[in-house]
Amino acid sequence: MASAPTATAPARPTGATAPDRPAGAVRRRQRLRRALTGWAFSTPFAVLFLVFMAVPVVVSLVMSFTDLRSTDLRNPLAVNFVGLDNYARLFGDDLFLRSSVNTLVFVAVGVPLTIVLALAAAVALNSGLVRFRALFRVGFYLPVVTSIVAIAVVWRFLLDPEVGLVNNLLRLVGVDGPSWLFDPKLALPSLIVMAAWRNLGFLMVIFLAGLQTVPAELYEAATLDGATRWQQFRRLTLPLLRPTLLFGGVVTGIGYLQLFEEPFVMTQGGPLSSTLSVSYHIYNQFGFGNYGYAAAGSYVLFVAIVGLSLVQFRLLGSRD
Amino acid sequence: MATTPTARGLRQRDRVARTVLHVVLGLGLLAVVGPFVWMALSSVKPEAEIREVPPTWWPETVTLDNFRELFSRLDFPLYFFNSALVATAVTVGNLFFCSLLGYALAKLRYPGKRLLFLVVLGMLMVPGMVTFVPQFVLVSNMGLTNTYAGLILPFLAGPFGVFLMRQFLQSIPDDLIEAARVDGAGEFRIFWRVVLPLCRPALATLGILTFLASWNNFLWPLVVATTEDKYTLPVALALYSVGQNRTDFGLLLAGAVVVVLPVLVVFLFLQRHFLRGIATTGLK
Repeated sequence: MASAPTATAPARPTGATAPDRPAGAVRRRQRLRRALTGWAFSTPFAVLFLVFMAVPVVVSLVMSFTDLRSTDLRNPLAVNFVGLDNYARLFGDDLFLRSSVNTLVFVAVGVPLTIVLALAAAVALNSGLVRFRALFRVGFYLPVVTSIVAIAVVWRFLLDPEVGLVNNLLRLVGVDGPSWLFDPKLALPSLIVMAAWRNLGFLMVIFLAGLQTVPAELYEAATLDGATRWQQFRRLTLPLLRPTLLFGGVVTGIGYLQLFEEPFVMTQGGPLSSTLSVSYHIYNQFGFGNYGYAAAGSYVLFVAIVGLSLVQFRLLGSRD
Repeated sequence: MATTPTARGLRQRDRVARTVLHVVLGLGLLAVVGPFVWMALSSVKPEAEIREVPPTWWPETVTLDNFRELFSRLDFPLYFFNSALVATAVTVGNLFFCSLLGYALAKLRYPGKRLLFLVVLGMLMVPGMVTFVPQFVLVSNMGLTNTYAGLILPFLAGPFGVFLMRQFLQSIPDDLIEAARVDGAGEFRIFWRVVLPLCRPALATLGILTFLASWNNFLWPLVVATTEDKYTLPVALALYSVGQNRTDFGLLLAGAVVVVLPVLVVFLFLQRHFLRGIATTGLK
């Protein structure tokens, strides 16, 4: 084994005594070898990535400037470039505007709700006062690992106007429960609560990890200085947790902007389009065969997500 | 001493706080886990008892009829096999391809590396809907709709896995790799024999995350699997529940139990490792 390096040692450039040209050649060969190794390691991923992600992203952009329909796939010559027509159409499309408003409401209400619940649970579990912490952690995380289809079945059962548990409980206290998912005013709020219920565990785990990086001495010092728990939370925990909170906010925001599965499995976008989201609208257009138009919609969504991420990076950047 | 009463006072305040916290968290836990328990309890009730108002909490009649009927109507063993096959293939692919590139990005020096990494990072922000339509057109042009290949190939490697593996691999000391090089090991041998065994925590996290995501993936298999023999569990349950009268809850709940149970078992076994992995990778 040890003979290998000694055998190659004379071939290596050994300082100033080695003639210039061979040393340069060796170095060049080494550099080439290194590049080839790097590329060899990158190629398998790069090929898959290029074919199934990068090319589709570019194709999607090109598509969005055409009137491509599913029926044109066998006859590419029938496809026309229409410039920004699809984008112009989007902003005159009542259903697209409606779905945008629904999605923004979902993000604006859902993100803070999820974060507050997750933060409260994380702070409580981290306070050192709670027993069975593992039980709570695992329990709160359960919906995160569960298929949305199964969750939809359970929630449609819970929220059923007649036999559902929620309205049965309301009946116990003498209240006639509404028909939740079938009520245009209550369908979106129901989905927001369901999303918070589903994602709270994920954020809680992230926040718990963030809380554990706060040194315990800081709290001890604050307690000695006579700070109340609330003051400690406001003055210590929140500022120190800021990067984690922002991270959680952005991840949740990006996820909620792409809202699709919840309305798809729960309400099919109804009633009266009250739960139609941007992703859902795009999906419908894809289903109708309007590929170019669907692609334009997905790029608008993409820009919105990049915009949100940039705002986030701004906020993170201004930290120190 | 003066400290004794205040200490006792604090302890008493703590006891109150502790009780309040336990009650609030307990209610929260009930709200989160309760629906799952309710689902399991109701799935073994006969349909008539499910529809009873007010509801029976504990099943008065325990029956497996819902499961029996479901299994006779739907070929669950096949959907289970499909889900397991697709999720396993996707997981193995991600572990291999992502750690391979992660290693190159973290430990090798070659031209084009920076650009590659930037592209991978950029792709993290691309929403699924952007690639969805062209991906579907691509897969159908390749003649892969309604095939296992069509279900697996687009997910074999993803930017998140590369990012996670690169971050982890950067913490592995260069000296170790240098020592293996001096011993004359080839680069792939170093990667396979020296580096990968050190990556076990990261590989486990990526493996569990990928497997669960694939197991629960819904939209893509819904569109790509066009005949019943290629359905995955969620697709089968969704299509069944859409075509079903919405009051037929017994069968639907039994179906949900069948979809959730495998994931639940895996999660409960691996949760310790899993939750730590989420927390650390989420923060990096």
